[in-house]
Amino acid sequence: MATSSALPVRAWRRVWSGTGSRHLLLALLGLLAVIVYVEAASDFRNLQFAAFGYLGIAAGGLTVLTGLNGQLSLGHGAFMAIGAYTTALFLDDGSPVVPLLGVLVVATLVTVLAGALIGAAAARLHGPYIAGATLALAVGVPGIALHFSDTLGGEQGLGVVAPPVPVWLLDLDYFFTGRDLTPSRYLSYVVWVCLIVTFVLLANLSRSRVGRRWRAVRDDDVAAEVAGIHLGRARVSAFVVSTACAGLAGAVMALVVRLTAPGGYTLTLSLTLLTAVVLGGLGSLWGALIGAGLLSYLPQLATNVGESLGLDQTRAAELAPLVYGAVMIAVILLAPTGIAGAVRALRARRTARAERPPPQTTESTVQQGEMSR
Amino acid sequence: MQQLLSTTLTGLTLGMVYAAFALALVLIWRSTRIVNFAQAPMAMVTTLVALQVIDAGAPYWVGFLVALVSGLVLGAVVERVLVRPVEGKAEINAVILTLGLFIVLHAVAGLVFGNDYQSFPAPFGLSGFRVGDLNVALTGFGIFTIVIVLVVMAALAALFRFTDLGLRMRAAAFNPEVSRLLGVPVGRMLTIGWALAAVVGSLAGLLIAGGSLVYPSYMDSVVVFGFVAAVLGGLDSPVGAVVGGLLLGLALSYVSGYLGAQLVTLASLVILMLVLTLRPGGLFSSASARRV
Repeated sequence: MATSSALPVRAWRRVWSGTGSRHLLLALLGLLAVIVYVEAASDFRNLQFAAFGYLGIAAGGLTVLTGLNGQLSLGHGAFMAIGAYTTALFLDDGSPVVPLLGVLVVATLVTVLAGALIGAAAARLHGPYIAGATLALAVGVPGIALHFSDTLGGEQGLGVVAPPVPVWLLDLDYFFTGRDLTPSRYLSYVVWVCLIVTFVLLANLSRSRVGRRWRAVRDDDVAAEVAGIHLGRARVSAFVVSTACAGLAGAVMALVVRLTAPGGYTLTLSLTLLTAVVLGGLGSLWGALIGAGLLSYLPQLATNVGESLGLDQTRAAELAPLVYGAVMIAVILLAPTGIAGAVRALRARRTARAERPPPQTTESTVQQGEMSR
Repeated sequence: MQQLLSTTLTGLTLGMVYAAFALALVLIWRSTRIVNFAQAPMAMVTTLVALQVIDAGAPYWVGFLVALVSGLVLGAVVERVLVRPVEGKAEINAVILTLGLFIVLHAVAGLVFGNDYQSFPAPFGLSGFRVGDLNVALTGFGIFTIVIVLVVMAALAALFRFTDLGLRMRAAAFNPEVSRLLGVPVGRMLTIGWALAAVVGSLAGLLIAGGSLVYPSYMDSVVVFGFVAAVLGGLDSPVGAVVGGLLLGLALSYVSGYLGAQLVTLASLVILMLVLTLRPGGLFSSASARRV
């Protein structure tokens, strides 16, 4: 009797304690949630959801770089542009030569090449230097599209024709839901499947030896070097993984937006990504997801509020950046670990309270600490 | 020949502006070890304030003065209220803070002044002089730019070299702990440093705006150029910032004249990468010590 009731609990514990199996389980749950939402939501909501998804992919990549490796990139918007333009060059007419998966892979690889180039130079830099260099990248890359306007479309940009929904998926979806899969729903699925795959890979990577090395380099580069970690290799690998995410995000963004133009990849996009990562809490994938979600739904809310306050549309659109810029400053001043970090700290405090040693001891150590300073 | 001459002269004029902007960054870096990425939007806001004053009927010079004074106030307030808490913390916090300020100032400017392009007046002529049958690309406003940046630089050098205040500011930047023990109000010195830097930044903003269009993001590329110029000179040296600014102005002017105007920012990235790879401490660095 006792063993039969303990068995599922034990099986659950085994799944939950294994890193890989836990991430897989969360991914399956996430996929289920995505399917439910996509099937229930309207086409408009699905496009919004897809936008949330591609911001999330890029933010996930950035949080790995900034949170785990301590490098700041203001140029992820530029890397998204590289992914997006590669996609656009493949899919500018309705007859794709390469299947969609191939296009996404190629776009990611092209971005990785650019990322490796920049990363190799950036690995020697730290703090404000790397921020400045990537800032130059973010401001400069749209200029390439303007300069080579014959191939890259100049100011108007390149149109993107999303490939048709594959027949097997249409049939499968019809079998379960009894209605046709619309292109918007299909794109939403593509984006979110990409996001789930990316996040599982990133989560596994961050718990692996590679992730520990990145953290070691972030916390103390000299100690890490003494411990035998090759600093340059660790930094470049973190940068490359992060830009791969940005490239993939740009590729699916091109599919969803159906247009790739320099105006979509300004400094604002890079700063938006950084905001998402800071809001959510540096280094936390959940935080990146929360931040991306806030940034994709908050602007419309803020604009509506602004318009109801009597502002005209262009001015009301400035309310959203005002709010999240201010929140970003507040986060740095008040809670540098962001939303996910604040939750974690709250939980840690609660467990600490449950198993706290007698209060006198802690107070006396604090006093001693104060006196010795 | 004609083109080479005019590109060089344009480059020198632009270089002076970049030098001023880089100088503002260096002033802040020396005192607080922070690169102020919000320098450009701060200058943008003060320039737009000046434009409001001028549009209301005041003469150009009143607007000019208003911009500099509002820069002074803005710089002091930003340092005292926002930057003070992150001083001495992890580098990344300060960078993110100034970027947050970047976003906020952009949004505020869009909200208050609108996102439209507005033309900004210039106090001097904007057409080049003619020498014989040669058209020289040096305008009245260009000469004004060069002169006023030189004057500001001389004033700053005199301030740091010959005055008590300058000495205190240098002490506060060099060793805050010891200066505090010797009675220097370090916090106030830092505030003054930020305020002065914001004034110089505002000046750069006014010089770029003169005779062209202003809108909330008109300074975005200048923050890149100013940063590259400052790094070129070593971030720590005011003289380096000036030389870096001039070199960068010339280089970018040649890129713009002979390769294409859209590639200018990318060229500055290439220059930055080259400098950081070959001489990470800037052109004027001696061997640098590394603290563990």
